[in-house]
Amino acid sequence: MIGTIPLSDVLLTSGGLFLIGLAGALLRRSAISIFLSIELMMNAANLALLGYSALWGSYDGQIVVFFVIAIAAAEASVGLAVFVALFRHTETIDVNEIHLLKW
Amino acid sequence: MSIPLWLIPALPLAGFAVCGLLGKRLGKSFVSAVGVGSVGLATVAAYARLIPFTAGNHEPVVERLGSWITAGSFSVEMAFRLDVLSALMVSFVTFVAFWIHVYSIGYMHHDETDAGYARYFAYLNLFMFSMLTLVLAQNFVLMFVGWEGVGLCSYLLIGYYYEREYAAAAGKKAFVVNRIGDFGFLLGMFGLFALFGSLDFDRVFQAAAADALRIAPLLTVVCLCLFVGAVGKSAQVPLYVWLPDAMAGPTPVSALIHAATMVTAGVYMVTRCNVLFRLTPDVMLVVAWIGGITAIFAASIALAQNDIKKVLAYSTVSQLGYMFLACGVGAFVAGMFHVLTHAFFKACLFLGSGSVIHAMGGEQDMRKMGGLKSKLPTTYWTFLVATLAIAGIPPLAGFFSKDAILTGVFEDQKYVLFAIGLFTAGLTAFYMFRLVSLTFQRSFRGTHEQEHHLHESPPSMTAPLVILAILSAVGGFVGLPKLLGENANLFARFLEPAFPQIAFARGAEHPLSHAIEWLLIGISIAVASGGVLLAWLWYTKEEGRIPDRIAQAFPKTYALVSDKFRVDEAYNFLIVRPFDWLSRMLWKVVDVLIIDGVLNAGAFLVELAGDVLRFLQTGNVRNYALTFFLGVIGLMLLVLGLGF
Repeated sequence: MIGTIPLSDVLLTSGGLFLIGLAGALLRRSAISIFLSIELMMNAANLALLGYSALWGSYDGQIVVFFVIAIAAAEASVGLAVFVALFRHTETIDVNEIHLLKW
Repeated sequence: MSIPLWLIPALPLAGFAVCGLLGKRLGKSFVSAVGVGSVGLATVAAYARLIPFTAGNHEPVVERLGSWITAGSFSVEMAFRLDVLSALMVSFVTFVAFWIHVYSIGYMHHDETDAGYARYFAYLNLFMFSMLTLVLAQNFVLMFVGWEGVGLCSYLLIGYYYEREYAAAAGKKAFVVNRIGDFGFLLGMFGLFALFGSLDFDRVFQAAAADALRIAPLLTVVCLCLFVGAVGKSAQVPLYVWLPDAMAGPTPVSALIHAATMVTAGVYMVTRCNVLFRLTPDVMLVVAWIGGITAIFAASIALAQNDIKKVLAYSTVSQLGYMFLACGVGAFVAGMFHVLTHAFFKACLFLGSGSVIHAMGGEQDMRKMGGLKSKLPTTYWTFLVATLAIAGIPPLAGFFSKDAILTGVFEDQKYVLFAIGLFTAGLTAFYMFRLVSLTFQRSFRGTHEQEHHLHESPPSMTAPLVILAILSAVGGFVGLPKLLGENANLFARFLEPAFPQIAFARGAEHPLSHAIEWLLIGISIAVASGGVLLAWLWYTKEEGRIPDRIAQAFPKTYALVSDKFRVDEAYNFLIVRPFDWLSRMLWKVVDVLIIDGVLNAGAFLVELAGDVLRFLQTGNVRNYALTFFLGVIGLMLLVLGLGF
């Protein structure tokens, strides 16, 4: 399926998604938004892997994608737990307000 | 199967281990039994070997226990040697040491705690182990083990009363001064190994004798190094300064280590290496002159000392000088003979002085003694015999050995040294009788309390005195002068195998005519009796008025002599203080300023950098993300080769 799409399109989409994710991660103030942006960047990477996997006719890239998805799921549960704990403690998840670990 | 040689030093070592580890808990009588018993057994074991050896053909016996150190071409064996020289040393070392151990029971019993008493006997046994290893060794390395061991025990026993500051300082001084000599000995050993590729006595001496001409210049350096070792250990000028201070130790220690045995190790070493020394006439000359200078220098200091042990200490230094004088003129037999007789009479004198100090309740100043003759009769008579022996009055032991030395010097045509030796003999007689006069004759000058306390020492102390006095009296008969028949000198005949013929060695004998020999004997008797008479006249009859008047007439000279020529002060000024200053400089400048400074500067820079850079840690997670992103871009550019 994906093999019918030219690789350049796949990579452009992937790069676009990555940049959107990056901008979100750097610019958003809500921890959950940053978290979602990071997920977006990871999926951009997944897309690039799939594109190359199709190009080479190899399953290696797809296997890595499964790993990334699995790890992202684990990370999501830990990250959300951290945010819940953080919110209980500080009553906010605005990352500009959370800057205790400095000089 | 006879007793193995290694057992002789091993027995005192076992005694050391038992006394040192268990002595504190098991009490004084146990320590006495083990401490004295181990040395007694060693004496028995030694004589069990010596008697068949002496009766036999005097062939050297070497007992090898196996290889000890092997590294490349260097190999040292654990081997013990019994030949005439080591037999002689072992015979009197074990014998005298045994009686001094017995004496120590009486001397140390009342003063010390159980722990101190055990420590004392442990050290004394360790000393015996080291000394016997030193004399029985078959190679220089094993000898060096004993050499260092006796130095260590000397240090430990000088500092026995370590809670007194001067005793601790004296121990330290002895150790440091000895270290200079030991360094020379070590260099000498390195040189011998470089020259001969071995440190085994037999191999070194045979190779040296066979190859004498080729190696002569190097051998001179090596022998000088070895002699530096002897100078340190046997307290010769300029390293004699530790021995008078060593009197801070208990008196039996002074008798055993600092008079009878350890300090003669240097003489023994030089005699053991006589093959090497005879090949280097220049070194022999140095040995003779150092000996002669030491003899007269120390004797003149002894004239004006008031501490009974100090007089004996300087007397020991002076007598050791005599021994080196003998070695230096090639009269090794006479030197060893004096080692033997000196061991008897000087041990007796020190033990006698210990008995006096014991009776006086620790007082050592002769000006506060006097008239002890009636209160301490045994001590007095044994002391008198030993004094006559050291003064060289015939037929006591000292006369024969001293006469042998003087004859040897005269035979070698060293007339200046002969005059020095003769004059020293007169001084010796004088200061020794001054000591007897001040201590035992005239009237008591101490306090009433001391006078009331005066008592003769217990039998454990007087028995060794009597035995040593008898030996001081008759010990000389083993070495009658050649005048009385070709075979009269049993001692010289016994030691003959220790001095092999060497092709290239200086061997020009100048046999003296009988008339001259009789004349020399006459002169030496006259000088000795003159010294004795003068001392008796000045100190006993005139009660010290004449010496006082002389001291008053030349106050500066007298002060100089009684201050021991201020050699300690000079060393202090020339060596100790500059060294101290250098050490301080190394501490304050090199260590604190440079080394610590560099480290502290490094630490300061790191701290400074941290102080500035910590502001990068904003705590804002988005800053970190941005930095991370820029870093990734940077890395990517680097990897793609587009960056630079």
